[in-house]
Amino acid sequence: MYDFTYHRPETLADAEKMFADADDGQYIAGGQTMVPVMKQRLAMPSDIIDLERISDLKGISRDGNVLSIGAMTTHAEVAGSGDVAKAIPALARLADDIGDPAVRNRGTLGGSIANNDPAADYPAALVGLGATIHTTSREIPADDFFTGLFETALEEGEVIVKVSIPVPDKAGYVKFPQPASRFALVGVFVAQIGDSVRVAATGAGPCVFRVEAMEKALEKDFSASALKGISVPGEGLNNDIHASADYRASLISTLARRAVAAAE
Amino acid sequence: MIVLKERFVMYFRCTFPPATPALEFAAVMPVISLTVNGNPVTVDVEARALLSRVLRDQLDLTGTHVGCDTSQCGACVVHVDGKPVKSCTMLAVQADGENITTIEGLAKDGKLHPMQEAFRENHGLQCGFCTPGMIMTAVALADENPELDEMSVRKGLEGNLCRCTGYQNIIHAVLDGAKAMRS
Repeated sequence: MYDFTYHRPETLADAEKMFADADDGQYIAGGQTMVPVMKQRLAMPSDIIDLERISDLKGISRDGNVLSIGAMTTHAEVAGSGDVAKAIPALARLADDIGDPAVRNRGTLGGSIANNDPAADYPAALVGLGATIHTTSREIPADDFFTGLFETALEEGEVIVKVSIPVPDKAGYVKFPQPASRFALVGVFVAQIGDSVRVAATGAGPCVFRVEAMEKALEKDFSASALKGISVPGEGLNNDIHASADYRASLISTLARRAVAAAE
Repeated sequence: MIVLKERFVMYFRCTFPPATPALEFAAVMPVISLTVNGNPVTVDVEARALLSRVLRDQLDLTGTHVGCDTSQCGACVVHVDGKPVKSCTMLAVQADGENITTIEGLAKDGKLHPMQEAFRENHGLQCGFCTPGMIMTAVALADENPELDEMSVRKGLEGNLCRCTGYQNIIHAVLDGAKAMRS
């Protein structure tokens, strides 16, 4: 990788100043995507600003029916948190199935959603649960945050501070992992909150998306059988050597039924 | 900022990025202080140096292997503050102030660590290239899970690849090693 100047701020204000002062700054969270990207010379920032030592970005807390997770919380911390397991067991299991143990010890929730890999797990959870992303300048609903292939609503220099997630009555997540990378070939997150149901699919398209036909059916009857006959067209879905678009479409229906059955 | 999206698409299509001029070296080389296998170490590193490279090339701890160098094979796993991480996917500067354990730090007084001994006893290796990473992952797995069973070992080793011999004896070794660590 090309060389750069490394910064390790301890406050958000310092981090933002370092970013603003840099020619071509780049924040780094757990580095599990950013380091490989720099090794491949797909990015050549002049300055790397490491968010790891900023304590405001860490931690998990629950206030009533809202679970808050700091952006620099690792996947292993989410997977191992008693608060998360109690409030949203599906989210704890999702975190525990990301990558492998070594990756989970470095990779973070904030890094994952800022990168918005089309096959990442967390975008499905945040859209499926109707979470809110809190940044240094505003609050963004998850529905508006993930805007396209590796694209988010984040502005230049904006930092994700935490996400707040409403605790659902029931939620389930099932993914078909790509056998080599453990990324989701397709993953479907289903959540029921009061009378409302959300269904979010990752891995299938260029970016996480909701499946409204399934949501409507599940709002009437939250059962796997309610999804019978509802399918998503393959048109526009990802089509590669691992799976055709039609196969991915078929996986959405299958995994959605399994996610409903697994929801707790 | 280089448009990451376009670069990612190039990456997925396995085309090479266009040639770009090398940046000048950062003016000041960072100095980091860390503890490696119980010994305090201070070392000058390039900001871009990977932890795996500094361990191997600057500290001569070549037991940490670099297999794929793409975060997948796990041959480079070391413990950072007791937790297994892929040292090819962490900058050495990020380890400043941390406590690092490598495969060289496991044996004590010339006696193999119980997990190393279990790999030897169970023939949990063939060529041995993946073994340092396997053992570092296995030691942490056993530390974190008092009740290991075969499935939890298989899941725990998902980030470590062996390309010679299959995993059966490695699983036996981890289960035996975990038992020996508890006794």
